[in-house]
Amino acid sequence: MGQIQLKQVTKSFGDVQVIPPLDLTIEDGEFTVFVGPSGCGKSTLLRLIAGLEDITTGHIEIDGTDATDLVPAKRGLAMVFQSYALYPHMSVRKNIAFPLRMAKMDKAEIDRRVNAAAEVLNLADYIDRRPGQLSGGQRQRVAIGRAIVREPSAFLFDEPLSNLDAALRVGMRMEISELHKKLATTMVYVTHDQVEAMTMADKIVVLQAGVIEQVGSPLELYRTPRNTFVAGFIGSPKMNLITGEEAAKHDAATIGIRPEHIDVVESGGTWTGTVGVAEHLGSDTFFHIHNTGLAETITVRAIGDVNLTHGDTIQLTPRMDELHRFDADGLRIG
Amino acid sequence: MARSVTPRRKLLNTTVAWAIGLLIFFPILWTILTSFKSEAEAIAAPPIFLGFDWTLENYRIVMERSDYGRFLWNSIIIAGLSTILGCIIAVPAAWSMAFVPSKRTKDILLWMLSTKMLPAVGVLYPIYLLFIKMGLLDSRAGLVVVLMLINLPIIVWMLYTYFKEIPGEILEAARMDGATLRQELIYVLTPMAIPGIASTLLLNFILAWNEAFWTLNLTAVNAAPLTAFIASYSSPEGLFFAKLSAASTMAIAPILILGWFSQKQLVRGLTFGAVK
Repeated sequence: MGQIQLKQVTKSFGDVQVIPPLDLTIEDGEFTVFVGPSGCGKSTLLRLIAGLEDITTGHIEIDGTDATDLVPAKRGLAMVFQSYALYPHMSVRKNIAFPLRMAKMDKAEIDRRVNAAAEVLNLADYIDRRPGQLSGGQRQRVAIGRAIVREPSAFLFDEPLSNLDAALRVGMRMEISELHKKLATTMVYVTHDQVEAMTMADKIVVLQAGVIEQVGSPLELYRTPRNTFVAGFIGSPKMNLITGEEAAKHDAATIGIRPEHIDVVESGGTWTGTVGVAEHLGSDTFFHIHNTGLAETITVRAIGDVNLTHGDTIQLTPRMDELHRFDADGLRIG
Repeated sequence: MARSVTPRRKLLNTTVAWAIGLLIFFPILWTILTSFKSEAEAIAAPPIFLGFDWTLENYRIVMERSDYGRFLWNSIIIAGLSTILGCIIAVPAAWSMAFVPSKRTKDILLWMLSTKMLPAVGVLYPIYLLFIKMGLLDSRAGLVVVLMLINLPIIVWMLYTYFKEIPGEILEAARMDGATLRQELIYVLTPMAIPGIASTLLLNFILAWNEAFWTLNLTAVNAAPLTAFIASYSSPEGLFFAKLSAASTMAIAPILILGWFSQKQLVRGLTFGAVK
């Protein structure tokens, strides 16, 4: 079991309120990702759930019981930190066994669980090494191992992959996703990387300045962003947000169209512009286009290798059925 | 390009380093040499460096005249206890300053350090009077407290610096893992800070051992440590350099030996955190 409920939770540091009243339910077994730009309060929110920070007002319930005043260890949660936070003076085995030792578990059971975790995470060969002798990816596995052995009701991940290089990050991303499928335990994951959010989450919580902008599945957020912030934040490359006359034509203050929903056409395009930068990735080509008569630079994603470069004229047609409309407050229309 | 060092350059560097080292060490070397000379040879002009009649006479006289063992024992007790007491007070203080700082933490640290800037003689009078009132004059207990207090700012500062190097997330991880505050200190913080704690203790022991102002002013006979033992040979019969040197050598020998064996630890402790 691992349902987590936040009820009217607020957090202030001194006079500064970083989390205004917030309600959120994380269902048992769900992989929930908190995503948002730096300083949006996502890590603070995770630390409030963990109990590492005290909430200012409101309640936190874990599995239906009030955990607001419980110390971190009594909440039945395990956390994986960005810096791994391994105990440098202990071997991998002792690191993983530490929470079990603190729980005064008997030695045979500790050994059984540590060995099982080491097996699952491919750490058996390094079990007697110190963290300093391990690579970044191995350290992260040890940190996860230390979380797993406690058999917590939920895992909390605080940007666990941001210290790893790009290739390793993709690998670990999949490992964590697979772990979630295997254990079917609630996971709450904080990241500023929307690709991680999209690929891993069952449910994404988009935060800005401590406020939840939208909660939904990755595809819900992609297809129907509630406002211009979510529209701009979710999806890569970013959605084109166009204001002014072009938006007014569609009875909106802002219209949004994703780069992959604009077609490059030979003739008769809605917009004509010149290519500023062309990024050829092989599988896709990203064009950044100026001089379209719109105030904004337009980004277009074309499938495959399209042979246009800097300075070439290009004609574009947005797919009208994929157009998003927003009012003057930035909220979605329709 | 990496800076290349030619063999000649290396030789020059080594020579200069040794020369500076010897220059600094020379007064101690001279003291040790003088302790093996006769009084006449000790004040000979020009000074005799090695070509003198080596004698242990000074040591014999010094041992005969004063009770070296008692001074040594006092030094050990005073330096040792003041160090231990200082550590007991400083570890929790430094822990709270490093990990649960308040708005005033920096001010308190600076204020503590500022007490070291006051010339000791400035507070001699009030402390002397206090000692008379409390019956602490010439007592080891009194000296233990005074030396602990004067070195406390340094211990707190050093420990604070070491603790600051320990990432807070590791302690938070311990808290998540179910460690109580006591377990957090015992199993996580202390083992990680051991090099720092050890060098702090060592440095504090050396400082307390060498402290002369308070030990000379607040003791007479019973609690007098080795500093008083040395001082007793500079008066009242006038200066007897050879005997004074013998007494000095005997006083600094234990701490010199301790320092020699622990220099690696000391250097590591003092530069801890300088390089990540």
